[in-house]
Amino acid sequence: MYYNKISFLNIIKIYLKSHIIDSNKNLKSNIKFEFNIVNLNKNLRMNILVCISNVPDTTSKINFTEDHKAFDINGIQFIINPNDEFGLTRAIWFQQKNQATVTVVTVGDSSCEPILRKCLAIGANKAIRIDTSAKDGFYVATQLKSLCEKEKYDIIICGRESIDYNGGMVPGMLAQMLKLPFVTNCISMEVIENVVNVKREIDGGIESSSSSLPIIIGAQKGLVEESDLIIPNMRGIMQARQKPLDVIAPVSSSAKSSVEQFQKPQEKESVKLVAPENIDELISLLHNEAKVI
Amino acid sequence: MSIIVYAESLNGKFKKSAFEVLSYGRALANKSKKSLVVISINADNPMKLSNYGPDKIISLKDPKLKNFTAQNYANVISEYSNKENISILILSSSADSKYIAPLISVQLEAGLATNVVSIPKSLSPLVVKRSCFTNKAFNNTILTGVINIICVSNNSFGVIENPSEPQIIDESIQSEIDSSLKVNSIDKASGTVSIADADVVVSGGRGLKGPENWHLIEDLASVLGAATACSKPVSDMGWRPHSEHVGQTGKPVASNLYIAIGVSGAIQHLAGINSSKVKVVINNDPEAPFFKAADYGIIGDAFEVVPKLIEKLKAFKVQ
Repeated sequence: MYYNKISFLNIIKIYLKSHIIDSNKNLKSNIKFEFNIVNLNKNLRMNILVCISNVPDTTSKINFTEDHKAFDINGIQFIINPNDEFGLTRAIWFQQKNQATVTVVTVGDSSCEPILRKCLAIGANKAIRIDTSAKDGFYVATQLKSLCEKEKYDIIICGRESIDYNGGMVPGMLAQMLKLPFVTNCISMEVIENVVNVKREIDGGIESSSSSLPIIIGAQKGLVEESDLIIPNMRGIMQARQKPLDVIAPVSSSAKSSVEQFQKPQEKESVKLVAPENIDELISLLHNEAKVI
Repeated sequence: MSIIVYAESLNGKFKKSAFEVLSYGRALANKSKKSLVVISINADNPMKLSNYGPDKIISLKDPKLKNFTAQNYANVISEYSNKENISILILSSSADSKYIAPLISVQLEAGLATNVVSIPKSLSPLVVKRSCFTNKAFNNTILTGVINIICVSNNSFGVIENPSEPQIIDESIQSEIDSSLKVNSIDKASGTVSIADADVVVSGGRGLKGPENWHLIEDLASVLGAATACSKPVSDMGWRPHSEHVGQTGKPVASNLYIAIGVSGAIQHLAGINSSKVKVVINNDPEAPFFKAADYGIIGDAFEVVPKLIEKLKAFKVQ
């Protein structure tokens, strides 16, 4: 009964919201009414953590330092890891519809702060930077575990993998460390009361499952669409400057792997062109030379 | 000390990657002079694994593990890894294996490297070569755990037959089943090849002009027994489902043959398909960046070239 009442009020609220935009008449009373409903919803508010990785832009040419020990950041634009951004957008929807609080966190030095400010401009309520360099997946998961033990989060969202290291390790490791249910390659997540329904993309299909909160998910495209991604507006950017960005000290932990050296793939031989009227030649090359058909 | 391999199966049948990771395990066991144990879960015919050289097969059969659930599969693999006193666990880089690998790594306090593309360069310390920056580069990673987990990239090592006469142990599980996450349903497209398992992938881009022309891709794929895929704009426009989108933010492809039709070859797309062995491009724009990444190319109109290719391939297959 209680929940029914709330969802009914939610519908009124959504109506009123659009009404406020449509006309400024009775603005005061509408806002007051909305304020009351928000209060009613308070005990349903979720606390959401979105873990963010700072990665080179998808169009970047990848180069390494002369000793091949590090990624060359010269001329590289850094962005929010795309898989994390799909997750952040989904979290903002929970914030807009269910008054969830969205915190973003990253493990990294101060050079990561611009992307945290961008997350705040997109709509996150607060940001946390754990002040250390990300040594490996295990080390990062340990830092996040420590944060999640101090704060109680209902939903923890990580991208399924970063587009630079491609380890896909952090969300699963964090889930096992916290002993929480975990769904990766997640393409849908809905919360009804305390039950979360999730969909996972599997090889050649979709798997649907459910659990109670809290949960950890590995986000990817599909959770929201590319066209749903939020481009910060001027108001968001201005507000982001006022929002809290806490810097906290790391906990002591050791990594279980390290990168010894980077390599670029070997230069390719140039393409063998076949004339469009000469399909037989292509089939013969694929059969006799490449031996793939 | 031994090496353990998890041989993945689907509906009782081994995936091709199961034989590949076992072949990889055999090579590593020879190099490090350790015994090789392979574990299968609800596989119909575990003896098939003896073609690829294990010293011992642990065949788990248990209705409680009928559906794949990451937590329970991770729990049993960890349990047997402990029992067998292993130093290295080898998994594939399939969606399911990459799902369970980080769970197992925390349970075993193990080092973990995913997308590994070759046999370790050195055993002490353990150094593996893995792809990173979505196939735009590689790195040599040093694994420093007492136990380490290697997820082998699909089609990177190959399947190598090496018949052995292994000991076979049939077991059912003793441990409690974790049910905090309940699988409610699985929807699978029947009769199609999935991108992850396919030897050949046929992919279409914006050059095909609309979803109504996709029969060209589907017909070519069916002649070759291939999976169908598409570029990012095609999935963004809703011509094809997301599950077919390959590239940096879509699925990675590591097939033997990748045929791109009407795909220009944006850097993000090329990154996702770079691990494929042989790449063929058909495009009417000679300036398309895909021609720089491809092994074979035809500059021509897809609507003329592809139907001819389908006919010729049908004739070729009959021979």
